[in-house]
Amino acid sequence: MALDTEKREFKIIGTRPLRPDGIDKVTGRALYGADMVAPGMLEGKILRSPHAHARIVSIDASAALALQGVKAVVTASDFSEAKGELMQNILENCMAQDKALYHGHAVAAVAATSETIAKQALKLIKVDYEVLPHVTEIEDAVKPDAPVLRPDRRAKGAPEGTPANITNLSNFGHGDLEAGFAKADLIIERSFRTESTHQGYIEPHACLASMGPDGKADLWCCTQGHYAVRDMCASFLGMSLSQLRVTASEIGGGFGGKTVVFIEPVALALSRKAGKPVKMAMTREEVFKASGPTPSSLADIKIGMTKGGKITAAHAKLRFQGGAFPSGTIDLGAMCAFAAYDLEAVRAEGFNVMTNRPREAAYRAPGAPIGVYPVEALIDELCIELGLDPLDVRLLNAADKGTKSSYGPTFEAIGLKATLEAAKAHRHYNTPLGPNQGRGVSCGFWFNFGGSTSVSMSVNDDGTVAVTEGNPDIGGSRASVGMMAAEELGIPYENIRTIVADTNSIGFNDPTHGSRVTFSVGLATIEAARDAIKKMCTRVAKIWDIDPDAVMWEDGHARPAGENAGNYEPMSLAEIAAIASKTGGPIAGHYEVNADSAGVSFGVHLADIEVDPETGFSTVLRYTVFQDAGKAIHPAYVEGQMQGGAAQGIGWAMNEEYIYGKDGLLQNAGFLDYRIPVASDLPPIEAVILEIPNPGHPYGVRGVGETAIVPPLAAVSNAVSRAIGKRMRALPMSPPKILKVIKG
Amino acid sequence: MNKIHVTTTVNGDPVEYLCEPQETLLDVLRNQLRLTGAKEGCGTGDCGACSVTLNGRLVCSCLVLAAEAGGQEVATVEGIADGDNLHILQKKILEHAALQCGVCTPGILVAAKALLEKHPDPTEVEARYWLAGNLCRCTGYDKIITAVMDAAAEMRGA
Repeated sequence: MALDTEKREFKIIGTRPLRPDGIDKVTGRALYGADMVAPGMLEGKILRSPHAHARIVSIDASAALALQGVKAVVTASDFSEAKGELMQNILENCMAQDKALYHGHAVAAVAATSETIAKQALKLIKVDYEVLPHVTEIEDAVKPDAPVLRPDRRAKGAPEGTPANITNLSNFGHGDLEAGFAKADLIIERSFRTESTHQGYIEPHACLASMGPDGKADLWCCTQGHYAVRDMCASFLGMSLSQLRVTASEIGGGFGGKTVVFIEPVALALSRKAGKPVKMAMTREEVFKASGPTPSSLADIKIGMTKGGKITAAHAKLRFQGGAFPSGTIDLGAMCAFAAYDLEAVRAEGFNVMTNRPREAAYRAPGAPIGVYPVEALIDELCIELGLDPLDVRLLNAADKGTKSSYGPTFEAIGLKATLEAAKAHRHYNTPLGPNQGRGVSCGFWFNFGGSTSVSMSVNDDGTVAVTEGNPDIGGSRASVGMMAAEELGIPYENIRTIVADTNSIGFNDPTHGSRVTFSVGLATIEAARDAIKKMCTRVAKIWDIDPDAVMWEDGHARPAGENAGNYEPMSLAEIAAIASKTGGPIAGHYEVNADSAGVSFGVHLADIEVDPETGFSTVLRYTVFQDAGKAIHPAYVEGQMQGGAAQGIGWAMNEEYIYGKDGLLQNAGFLDYRIPVASDLPPIEAVILEIPNPGHPYGVRGVGETAIVPPLAAVSNAVSRAIGKRMRALPMSPPKILKVIKG
Repeated sequence: MNKIHVTTTVNGDPVEYLCEPQETLLDVLRNQLRLTGAKEGCGTGDCGACSVTLNGRLVCSCLVLAAEAGGQEVATVEGIADGDNLHILQKKILEHAALQCGVCTPGILVAAKALLEKHPDPTEVEARYWLAGNLCRCTGYDKIITAVMDAAAEMRGA
């Protein structure tokens, strides 16, 4: 789907109309996962492992089932066998099979007439555990005598002697590293460390499942992808896809963490067994213990540079810890690590390690922040050693159109250089710093995704249009989709209503992930509008009794395409719609696509940080985000993505981490001890949008959602390092950790 | 289990309910009165998504027992608009695109309204500290603070 070659003047694209779901969300009317009820509804609760690693010898639920009000108990035996290793892993993460693999792993679930009774029943389920040795850290999990989680999950094709907890070997790059390093004036090699973080969405996972005696089921849940939920749940329950209808509620944040199932198949299994609707909602403690954190990581980075700042060779060895199951996120980290640079000799390799922690789930540009952070931190160290400007060095090495990327493909038109130049010219970069202050710079990259997408739109008799799409709206996408429909049809934005339909109402859609919605759903919306326009032009041609090709669409009207077509009064969309039943019946447009032309995205962040040398307490004084959005459909929501991603990255850099004790238990499963940024922690975050059109979208749209979480880790780390005059090489940089480095 | 009979007012309307001793005001608002605007983000008073006011005082309704609300005036997000007329704060949150997922928005609105009733002319830093008990994971707070400051100015007639 190519960029429209004809340069067009937009009327609606680029403006900032109110979002269509806005009033519901400021009045409390909007219904999220936990807000739905059903007659006769039961409450479901999950029993979770108190151990980091244990064999489940037996489960005796008889006392729980004997409690008045308890209607069903389910365990692993209540699910069908999942097909393929990935689906088996997801199911086993929802409900432990022969072993509990981490602290908080689900082992059984109960449905009862009230939450109070369900909680009492959990205490009556007797689980006989044989506690096993556990491992939660990368260094320990690769030792020869480490406890092994699943011997059958070791990386396929791994060399003899590879530790059993190693999965997912990764290797990307090109060129002659040895020759490259030989050309360098300075080579630095350093090791870095990051800890697991959580997506931290404010809405815990919640759902309402209802299965009838005929095996048909309905599921309401907060998810980024209800089609994916349907496919996973149907597989785990042994249902056909058409028997399970999933409706996505409004979603209270996801950031990747709601692209997979946790409680949904459990609620369905309980409903099937109890014969009643079952509602389930995780507590915040459960969200931390049993839903997706990111990997933690170790990295060894080696970069060679000339005195002038040209990178001659670069090598990364990455180790990610993805929890109790294999994880492919290492691939994404390795692919992104050096993607911002045009390099002759580059290699990024690594592997994933299984540990007794919850299964890693996607978090905004999964793998990229921890793949890019050590590279950008080491480049900053090289800049200081060589006395070079960090933006100049990045400009000198920046990838551009035609660059063979470090992970393989050759880039089309990209906006990295323009973004770096904008940062260099910005007043932020040219403002002097005070004592104990440092300024950090970092680039960031994300691939962006397209994927399977379906959109349909009905032209109503009154001239309004109903757009039906299938991607949960996590940050204003109904507004941007409605704007693109209005732009293409030539009617007012207010005349469009966009809804997110259930899985039975429209074709398959990949989840709201990969920064794909404004790109893919937008593309499909534009094409669905063009389909509807073609049909309307055909109807008008029939009325005018001329060839359909002689009718053109302009400003919401069908017009004769030229003087030769004849002299007819233009007909508006509303006029055409009003008589549709007389010209052939209802008019609707639709489009289905597997979009493969998402344009890659780059960003550059500037962070000013002041560190109190007495306490190690750091304050973000100023923060600016520069990012290529392709074409910003609704600039306010593009800025919002850039600001929100930056804030999450700042939290990752400064405070957030999963803390496990020697006992393998998670010590900080709550917002008090796992501290995400609050309003008083942050300065205003300026967002500077650049628009370098994506050649693969009619309006030039690129995804914007994920890139902004990539640069903050190194931007903040580089700022802190420059402020204290010593290098920080581990995240998060909480005050005690900064103080330790200051005191040396 | 003996339930407790509570008489109170919610958003100006008289309300009666029976609650268990351990039930929170948030539980009763959501599960009995079906006022689901207040959200349970944590249940431990850390996120502010369940913010309501009790006699004008900002509280986390997950930390208030339902039985304690007897005889008090409870105000929730559902009572902020005057019929079809949105409160200035609601309008400004929308105009500035100061919400993405929107799940923290009810709590932010209740807290910001309480701020402006007490301090009609806050500095930006004061607004940031007042709202520090309301977690938002989507926006980075920038547009929320802009919206609150803009609403404050408009409410003062500035």
